[in-house]
Amino acid sequence: MTEPVSEPSSQLLDIQRRMAAAVMHPLTRGETMPRRRRDGASNQREADAIIRPNDRLTSFERLEIYNRQYWFRLYTSFEEDFPGLQAVLGRARFDALMRAYLTDCPSQSFTLRNLGSRLDAWLDQHPEHLGPHPVLARDMARLEWAHIETFDSEERPPLSPEALAAIDEHSTMRLQPYLRMLALSYPVDDLLLQVRNENGSSASSTNNASTARRRRHVRHVATLAPRPIHLALHRHENSVWYKPLSPEEFGLLAALISGKTLGDAIDLALADSSLPEHQRAAFLQEAFASWAMLGWFTS
Amino acid sequence: MPANRFNGFTDYGVGIGLRIPHYQHILSRHPVVDWFEIISENYMVDGGRPLEVLDQILEQYKVVQHGVSMYFGSVDPLSREHLTRLKQLVRRTKTPWLSDHLCWGSVDGRYTHDLLPMPYTWEAVEVTAQKIRQVQDFTEVPVVVENVSSYAEFHASEMTEWEFLNEVVERADCGILLDVNNIYVSSKNHSFDPFTYVNSVPAHRVAQIHIAGHSKFEKYILDTHDHPVLPAVWRLYARAIERCGPTATLLEWDDNIPTFDEVHAEALKANKFLKAAAEAAPDTASAAVQAAANSMRQSGLVESGAPR
Repeated sequence: MTEPVSEPSSQLLDIQRRMAAAVMHPLTRGETMPRRRRDGASNQREADAIIRPNDRLTSFERLEIYNRQYWFRLYTSFEEDFPGLQAVLGRARFDALMRAYLTDCPSQSFTLRNLGSRLDAWLDQHPEHLGPHPVLARDMARLEWAHIETFDSEERPPLSPEALAAIDEHSTMRLQPYLRMLALSYPVDDLLLQVRNENGSSASSTNNASTARRRRHVRHVATLAPRPIHLALHRHENSVWYKPLSPEEFGLLAALISGKTLGDAIDLALADSSLPEHQRAAFLQEAFASWAMLGWFTS
Repeated sequence: MPANRFNGFTDYGVGIGLRIPHYQHILSRHPVVDWFEIISENYMVDGGRPLEVLDQILEQYKVVQHGVSMYFGSVDPLSREHLTRLKQLVRRTKTPWLSDHLCWGSVDGRYTHDLLPMPYTWEAVEVTAQKIRQVQDFTEVPVVVENVSSYAEFHASEMTEWEFLNEVVERADCGILLDVNNIYVSSKNHSFDPFTYVNSVPAHRVAQIHIAGHSKFEKYILDTHDHPVLPAVWRLYARAIERCGPTATLLEWDDNIPTFDEVHAEALKANKFLKAAAEAAPDTASAAVQAAANSMRQSGLVESGAPR
């Protein structure tokens, strides 16, 4: 199942490549198929070469239906995944980012769930799309992708009280696969909760056609005062929660996730801590009790 | 022909698509529904709410899986991850059959997430049938392929759509999910007689039927699944049932989704046709059962006799 089921030089493959090139090419600002592509190729000529006209539509117009469907479907999915980023950037900047990202990073997965999986890495290379508050926009994009991953990642059985009691400083600990940790420069968590409530839940895969691009309400958030936060994204009763963490808690969990032993993780997390020595034992006890109660430790 | 080897010898009646806006109603009111169809891709995840809801549905209802991105007609090889996740879901749902579309949608590892039409060529027949067989072998459940709505035709085509469908299903030895709304939409977009299509389909391979609504524009029709079923589509459905016998039927409603009760009531209109076919067409039914039995004997699945 690693080789194509037909020869690379096949007529079928040629048709599929030519049609995909037209269908996946960005629309014009007016959301129509461009006459000429960015590489200079003529969509008119390509359409005439592979698509039959009928008594009502030209070859170009028939191909254009699929070009528009492709982008409407991707726009809808991406907007539903990143409503917070849209609120931070505003509609025009978000549209430009979305078009550029989806052009550079077309889906490589059978599921639209993974459409935004390469956004963070892509933004490293394309900071020009982040608007006047790039750190805020970047923080929001990271939080929204982490939310998607936390929503449907695996949940393993939590460690039993007996297994927890047997842990010592040499133990390494596994945490729930759905747990995501973020250190952010802006308190984007509250903003995202508001935006998601306004926009409702995300969409799923369907097999119907769209008559037009689905527009969602966009509340533009001009800016937000910076304030560093540490978050753990986790699930409780299959809802996603954002749990604020102290820098020490964040450091400790990050070290455990990276595979450090419990003793080393504690040393690392408290190395630069301003937490007084006499409060550290209580801090560790409370933190571990809370995480164990949430079922974050697993086998 | 309520039961055949392509639908796992089931007799499933009239179902509707399981959609998020109806979750709460279904889980709190427990309405009587023959079966639900799920979009497989929406539940091919590792955990969380989607699987929690699915498990609750599975406790009370029969569920059949319908896929939207296997792309039997793509030259691209099948994705191992896709197949593995699909099989995991098959084990979870115990779906008696597995459907996806007679289309392509990915090339060179890039996915369009659309149901793109096939050029009806002999090469495409071979490619598509081979991939259907691969999926059937891997998942170990009967695979049925659905005809799609299309808005374009290719110069390269060497046969009609129904001839293409028939060639593919014979070579793959698979079943058909006959979408009569898609036949109607394509018939208007490509100016053919939809009854010719319905009359040409091998009735003994039809495992399931889809009905849905569509949207008319000035120059073409789109398969939007956002309306009740139109009278012309019901007429095609009646003809399909007349030929195939009472067959598992499902209403698709994916946009502007009304209340659960409205969607279910629309689907249940199919019962009128199913009852009429069950009462009035014993000759057709027995002929279809005989054909299925012959087909099974030829494939070596049974030694003799008709399916139960």
